[in-house]
Amino acid sequence: MTKLSTVSSQVMWNRLISVVEEQAQALIRTAFSTSVREAGDLSAGVYNVDGDMLAQAVTGTPGHVNAMADAVAHFIREIGPDNIFEGDVYITNDPWKGTGHLHDITVVSPSFHKGKLVGYFACTAHIVDIGGRGFGADGNSVYEEGLFIPIMKFAERGEVDLSFVNLVRHNVREADQVVGDIYALATCNEVGHRRLIDMMVEFALDDLVAISSFIMENSHRATLERIAALPNQSAHGEMTIDGFSQPISLKVRLDIADDHILADYEGTSGVDKKGINVPLVYAKAYTCYALKCAIAPEIPNNAASLAPFRIAAPVNSIVNAVHPAPVALRHIIGHMIPDVVFGALDKILPRTVPSEGAGALCNFQVSLRPGTNPPQGARRAEILMFNSGGSGARPTLDGMSATAFPSGVMTMPVEATEHTGPVIVWRKELRPDSGGAGQYRGGLGQYMEVGVLEGHAFDISAQFDRLDHPARGRNGGRNGGETQIALDDGTKLRGKGRQAIPEGRRVKLAFPGGAGYGDPKLRDRDAIRRDIALGYVSAEAAKRDYGLSDAELAALTDAIA
Amino acid sequence: MSQSTSTHARPALSGRLGVDIGGTFTDVVLEIGDALHSTKVLTTYNAPEDAIIDGLQQVCRKAGVEPSVINQVIHGTTLATNALIERRGAKTALITTEGFRDVIEMRTESRFEQYDLNLKIPEPLLPRNQRYVLSERISAKGQVLKPLDRKAVEALAEEIAAGGYQSVAVGLIHSYLNDTHEKMVRDVLSARMPEVMISLSSEVSPQMREYERFNTVAANAYVKPMMKSYLSRLVRRLKEAGADGPVFLMHSGGGIISLESASEFPVRLVESGPAGGAIFAAHIAARYGLDKVLSFDMGGTTAKICLIKDQVPKTSRVFEVARTYRFKKGSGMPISIPVIDMVEIGAGGGSLAHVDSMRQIRVGPESAGSEPGPACYQRGGTRPAVTDADLVLGRLDPHDFAGGSIPLSPDASHDALSTHLGKTLGLDSATAAFGLSEVVDENMANAARVHAVENGEDLANYTMIAFGGAAPLHAGRLCEKLGIDRLIVPPGAGVGSAIGFLKAPFSFESTRSVYMRLNAFDAGVVRQLLSELRDESTNFVRSCDAHAAIHADYKVYMRYVGQGWEIPVSLSAADAENPNEKRFQDLFEADYATLFGRTVHGLDIEITVWAVNATTEPATAEKAVPLAAKRAAQSAGTRKLFDTASEQYRDASIVQRTALAAGDTVKGPAVVTEAETTIILPAGFNAVNRSDNCLDITRDNAGH
Repeated sequence: MTKLSTVSSQVMWNRLISVVEEQAQALIRTAFSTSVREAGDLSAGVYNVDGDMLAQAVTGTPGHVNAMADAVAHFIREIGPDNIFEGDVYITNDPWKGTGHLHDITVVSPSFHKGKLVGYFACTAHIVDIGGRGFGADGNSVYEEGLFIPIMKFAERGEVDLSFVNLVRHNVREADQVVGDIYALATCNEVGHRRLIDMMVEFALDDLVAISSFIMENSHRATLERIAALPNQSAHGEMTIDGFSQPISLKVRLDIADDHILADYEGTSGVDKKGINVPLVYAKAYTCYALKCAIAPEIPNNAASLAPFRIAAPVNSIVNAVHPAPVALRHIIGHMIPDVVFGALDKILPRTVPSEGAGALCNFQVSLRPGTNPPQGARRAEILMFNSGGSGARPTLDGMSATAFPSGVMTMPVEATEHTGPVIVWRKELRPDSGGAGQYRGGLGQYMEVGVLEGHAFDISAQFDRLDHPARGRNGGRNGGETQIALDDGTKLRGKGRQAIPEGRRVKLAFPGGAGYGDPKLRDRDAIRRDIALGYVSAEAAKRDYGLSDAELAALTDAIA
Repeated sequence: MSQSTSTHARPALSGRLGVDIGGTFTDVVLEIGDALHSTKVLTTYNAPEDAIIDGLQQVCRKAGVEPSVINQVIHGTTLATNALIERRGAKTALITTEGFRDVIEMRTESRFEQYDLNLKIPEPLLPRNQRYVLSERISAKGQVLKPLDRKAVEALAEEIAAGGYQSVAVGLIHSYLNDTHEKMVRDVLSARMPEVMISLSSEVSPQMREYERFNTVAANAYVKPMMKSYLSRLVRRLKEAGADGPVFLMHSGGGIISLESASEFPVRLVESGPAGGAIFAAHIAARYGLDKVLSFDMGGTTAKICLIKDQVPKTSRVFEVARTYRFKKGSGMPISIPVIDMVEIGAGGGSLAHVDSMRQIRVGPESAGSEPGPACYQRGGTRPAVTDADLVLGRLDPHDFAGGSIPLSPDASHDALSTHLGKTLGLDSATAAFGLSEVVDENMANAARVHAVENGEDLANYTMIAFGGAAPLHAGRLCEKLGIDRLIVPPGAGVGSAIGFLKAPFSFESTRSVYMRLNAFDAGVVRQLLSELRDESTNFVRSCDAHAAIHADYKVYMRYVGQGWEIPVSLSAADAENPNEKRFQDLFEADYATLFGRTVHGLDIEITVWAVNATTEPATAEKAVPLAAKRAAQSAGTRKLFDTASEQYRDASIVQRTALAAGDTVKGPAVVTEAETTIILPAGFNAVNRSDNCLDITRDNAGH
């Protein structure tokens, strides 16, 4: 083991972080599905020979954080140390060993330097389809949710297993996109590997042992310093959300100890019959994310900085669903976890965390097919769209409108989406009056309206929550606007599950707003005037929620006119 | 220079003026024959033309000529960039498709910093109450789904007129495929209010992805009235001063455009200064016959890094301006126009350092600027900046900084380094300075590496060309970090961008978005399309220069069907005249494999964008004559310089650059001093002063 100076260790740590950022960029550049190339639903990381994560790219998906950290150890164990060769590429979509559902494919590649194994690269991306019932909540077990790829080799010694590719090709819709994305995942590990070897040559390293321990020691110490600075207290948080057919109660108890924080989900609802259940890895990821945001935001993610955040949940609770529970839409509940954790944390660290927000991404998938009078060239298509509601207001700032939190994925450009199939997005814009009133206002949700080109028909797989349980305000802040979904003739639709849309009809969607923070009466008058001028808040709502007088409103209307 | 067709009697001498307006200084360079005369004057924000006239008079005095010898002015400026950053543009309306009023406000719906609970998303360039909608819709195939009613546009025109707007941006969904609705909007608006300026997204930036396109057209409209007025004032003032030749503008893509075109599409002037720097480096590359060059431009606040292959800077089709959060990707506004593809990071002489919670030294992007400046300026700055580290490490002479005009205090630097870094980390001030310097150098090296990988390049065989006040201090170490063995520091490094303007060719790129799969390849259509593009771009360049030879470069953007991002594939003129499907596929697969390691099995390939860039030949670079090292340069003494390899101070000889003759050699460790900068030669680096006064530095690999 080479002895490293402090300065060169610092340099190498930075370098590893830039190596994984490059790895992630390569994936975006070569990916096929819009969820990866436009929305950034992916992650990438580098590991030492023991499978401990050294650095992870900061991409759109905190949900991959812990899951990725644990994944490589599973690969090493199942492939077997004697079976790992230079040029190998491994793959899985096991929800319990990967990142929580079959739609995330994780690819791991060993890195060899001078003929010796020195580490691993891993990456994960959300693909557009994996067969089965299609992406949605409707499965009754994981067997209905699609093709399950156990940990196996995608390539051995550089040779791609074309039988495997063929098998995938015949089990998924949009085969070109899925196969293309698997190649892109392998490519991005290759790019990361090349950069790692450059670094090892430059610093004359034979292994990553010394730099690993430098990273682990510093991250661990920094995280522990932050935890030690917190009061040793326990607090509870709870939140009820819609669920599939019955409401779900999420409960957490946070225990802050000297050297760790435990989040215990005792008392949370049991597994659901439908595919909204969460494997523990994924619940852990969002628990960690919430705690890190509030306590140690700038410490990079790696095995040591994540270790002090512990999680416990009863087996067969909805946040610790085990095989073969259906888990396709594990993100809905996963994305709600930070609001639950913040509810507890607010009691320990007042005026630090935001009010509740939209939480879950407002995703939906449309399955299109030729209709009764199809035009020439009409075809089938699976199209996934990521969209966001409003985030919760902060102790000193308004919430962010139509901005993902806790997820960090991007929306797909409408123009890019419409190139992938005969879908038409007629509307995608801010939803006035959906931000919860408060001294600081919740972020606005958004409206969407979706149809198809004439001669096509479609089903929608709805993946929404907060129809019946809108985001709740803190310290006197009001609730955010609730989710709405209906046909353009007014017929209401369900918030979750696949639903056929009568030909010629469109779907109208209103995504939830974030909740307010603090008493609306304390809101700055100029901020209210600005909200009205820009149309974030209507005059009626300003009167009702903020107590604006008719005279004030009249003066304002004159000023605008 | 081309022959003038003017009937006026011409002065015997003919000169060209290069002018670069930067954030702090306006650089003016007068070229008469082979001679360059330069000056720096403070930028005059309220009337930027004042500084130009001032500088013009100064360089004319230096050269002993009258302004009338100037028969061409080439101008680049950060004014448009600054107007966007500081939000000082015109009252502007955006007209868009009903249902899409908030595209520029909703952005990508994501956060550019994942872990900051108090993140502030930047305000849109145009607020919501200045965004209007029309009922209309074009499909992804360019067909009209919902026609636009002229009456509705006329009604909207009344509303816009009543709103008192100076400028209007029009951005409709899928207009890059079908611009008829956008054109109808312009027709109606300009009939109703001829004085209002109108920008169409289908003209400013005909690219897919509505957020980028709408934002680009909004930015164009926002700066248009201001830039148009400034440019017309400038022409008048130049004429009054006696310089009545035409004025051309540097654009962000590194070419030169006419004043009229710049006034119509001022968003293309964004980052034209740094683009000039890249052209400057490309010119040096041509002179030395270098095919792989990394240009490194480091000033007071930022460093800019650009790849120059085959003597042409890399270009891209989208970049981000006005980043609001630590230069972080995503925190600014995307502008999709042809640009020289460079990375800019917050690393300059004024960048400040601190220790974070992981006991890591962090440098920048926060900068001390000129006020209060680094601690050593003794103008109230107490935190250590890169310049403080450079001073402590012996790279700067406290009595001879900026030609002696700013005395530096080493004690103040030592104090700042000890207080803010040394105490926390248990390091003495010299080691703290070394750590700071290493971190900023590593930041720049990382930026260069990421940029290289995005372009599929390995920097090992590159030559670095360094310019800008702070670059020559750090270039040697950066070469070590990047594995680069050769470094060139040209003369005039302090005004490199303005010199670059004078070397830039006239150029214009014509592009079309036409999707074509290789399995439906139509050679006739391809030939026709490329020849139309060639004619369009060539005619434009011809309008700038009536005589010069014009060269056309053909490029297609290709990808596997279903991917969202293309890679550029260069075609020869022969490929354009006799397009062949197999040849296109081979070119694409070769480039793809180089970039990403392996091609994808069994997928079709498509072409999305077609581009032809017409250009006059760049100013011919006189080939530098190989020159044998003649004699060791005269040393003006020695000083202690920190050696990064042994981590201790060593004696380094001091050499004055102005005293160097052609063929003089300098052996590191050494410092080569001049008025605008200092060149550091670490141990193991050897320099030869070439006949054009470029310092040609090589690194011996013995100790590597």
